[in-house]
Amino acid sequence: MGGAADILELIKEIRGRRIKVLVAKLGLDGHDRGAKVVARALKDAGMEVIYTGIRQSPEQVVETAIQEDVDIIGVSILSGAHIPLMERLISLLREKGIDDIPVFLGGTIPLPDIPKLEEIGVDKVFLPGTPLYDIIKYTVEAVKKKRSRGN
Amino acid sequence: MTKLYNDKALDEIKARLEKWEKETLPRSLSRFPERSEEFTTLSGIPVKRLYTPLDVKDTSYMEKLGLPGEYPFTRGIHATMYRGRIWTMRMFSGFGSAEDTNKRLKFLISHGETGLSLAFDYPTLVGIDSDDPLAKGEVGVCGVAVSSLLDMETIFDGIDMGSITTNMTINPPAPVLLAMYVATAEKQGVPYSKIGGTTQNDPLKEFIAQKSYVFPPEPSVKIAMDVVEWSVKNLPKWNPISISGYHIREAGSTAVQELAFTIADGIEYVRHLINRGLDVDSFAPRLSFFFDSHINFFEEIAKFRAARRMWAKIMREWFNAKKERSLWMRFHTQTAGVSLTAQQPFNNIIRTTIEALAAVLGGTQSLHTNSLDEPFRVPSEFAAKIALRTQQIIAYETGVADTVDPLAGSYYVEWLTDKMEEEAWKYIDRIEMMGGMTEAVKRGYPQREITEASFRFQREVEERKRYIVGVNIFVEEEEDEIRNVPLLDINQREIEKRQIERLRKLRRQRNNEAVKDALNKLRKAASKGENIMPYVLEAVKKYATLGEIMNTLKEVYGIWVEPPIY
Repeated sequence: MGGAADILELIKEIRGRRIKVLVAKLGLDGHDRGAKVVARALKDAGMEVIYTGIRQSPEQVVETAIQEDVDIIGVSILSGAHIPLMERLISLLREKGIDDIPVFLGGTIPLPDIPKLEEIGVDKVFLPGTPLYDIIKYTVEAVKKKRSRGN
Repeated sequence: MTKLYNDKALDEIKARLEKWEKETLPRSLSRFPERSEEFTTLSGIPVKRLYTPLDVKDTSYMEKLGLPGEYPFTRGIHATMYRGRIWTMRMFSGFGSAEDTNKRLKFLISHGETGLSLAFDYPTLVGIDSDDPLAKGEVGVCGVAVSSLLDMETIFDGIDMGSITTNMTINPPAPVLLAMYVATAEKQGVPYSKIGGTTQNDPLKEFIAQKSYVFPPEPSVKIAMDVVEWSVKNLPKWNPISISGYHIREAGSTAVQELAFTIADGIEYVRHLINRGLDVDSFAPRLSFFFDSHINFFEEIAKFRAARRMWAKIMREWFNAKKERSLWMRFHTQTAGVSLTAQQPFNNIIRTTIEALAAVLGGTQSLHTNSLDEPFRVPSEFAAKIALRTQQIIAYETGVADTVDPLAGSYYVEWLTDKMEEEAWKYIDRIEMMGGMTEAVKRGYPQREITEASFRFQREVEERKRYIVGVNIFVEEEEDEIRNVPLLDINQREIEKRQIERLRKLRRQRNNEAVKDALNKLRKAASKGENIMPYVLEAVKKYATLGEIMNTLKEVYGIWVEPPIY
């Protein structure tokens, strides 16, 4: 496990504006503990965080992502409906011509579903018990990769 | 009041303790330094090295503990507790279609389950039909889909509703699901006097924690109290509300907050019902509670004991309840889902066992034990059976159920019980100052407290001030175990497709004029502020769907959107 110093180093290497993250609760479930803890941790790590609140449809999430011009989207689902919901979310993004916003997912996800989710286009899946540091580190690295591609 | 220890005995203990601290303790500390500078419970209460009679020296036994079955019920609500009857083993279950759930319930009954508890899918929980566009992908996943009376009839096909009780974890749509249950029982020929069970029907904790709210806070409470009032008058064996700390705790609160917020919710409901003109003793015996049992063993036991004592005092001293049953805090317990880990998942069996034991030592009336596979999915039959067997082993092998409240008199447990109570009162006082829980919820007070506590806990885990085996200690980088858990296989697409077809067929075949008429009557009654229950029951019997009934109510009461605080 790393510490605050490593994260500062990582963030320093990022050029351009502050990282902007959308944390979204997709679907009907109200389990918002994880989403809020992650939102808070990313904010404390110096990122700008938009949290959607619960019960968002894929359409709403995509619209918010575009309006807010975010670098990355983190989705939380604990209802078991992650496959159809992520399919819909990613295909909506692609319809809008967006393929450079990485999408990561956290929640109660059965292991066999992870390859399916990756196939759909989910960049990374985090299971319960993931250290916040890992999520922060992933976020910074994913955005860094994205921006270096963009230049 | 008479104290437990006389002054002479206490002086002797004090003198010896001082000597021990000077002589015995330093010798030991130099050889075995302590693992940590400070030990705390999950609520952050500092735990001392040693407890002695000095820590409970002011306790008046009769005032604080009494005898089981007597005020203040700290030792239990029944005189014989589990010597007479083992707690009800009530496993929360439901998934897929009504047929799938009917099969699972019969499986659990055949393996010795003694009460039913229905888990609904998300569309049902938030009151929409299976064919609503928002329901796509969620039908039948985390519980059973119930869109109309037809589904409820199927769930209970071949199960005698007159001889088993059923808990339904349902909140905003509680009037609708209760009506469906009653209508199904009626069709089975079961009289109202024999219909037993529970509707969760606790709206305040929806805003605080579970987040399946639909209507704004005030109408939500109004509707829930309609259910209570109607049930008290019509269903003598029904528990119309289960005032729940479980979700508050799972959302990240401490044990103290769980205790305090749950009781504050209860106080709010009692006030509402009294304001309706009901006699406190007419409904108080039907109020029931629901708590979490987490992993910090003694704190949980102390919480349960403190809860009973506090509620008895509130009912007697604040609300003047006279009947003994009005003072009882009867509660269901579920082990902590949030304590389970995806890593090394078979360890979850052990966590659940310890938590279940705490619930039993805390005097629960019924218990649900979580399954080892719940960090991933709704439990498989295999995992659900181990969870049920866990309770049966505690009940029939260990002997812990053979004497009443066996931990009473432990200096630590009694000290901690007092401490939990003291800390919980501080929160309740603050909420009272705000004007009660509805106001506190509108201000986001408990929501913020929980968010803070959950973030604090997570930080403690990351800083390794709290250990979780397999997560931040004894971690296995390449573990096979996680891949070896057999998971429940459900064909969600197929279930959703069949459910939607069934619903469409129902809409074609029922008497749509009668449905429209019933919904109009419901709308009128709701607008006039009448108790909606009789009208909901009528609409349900005409096969109006859950979504249609809820939409009618939304027209009258509006909907709630939460400001996203984190």
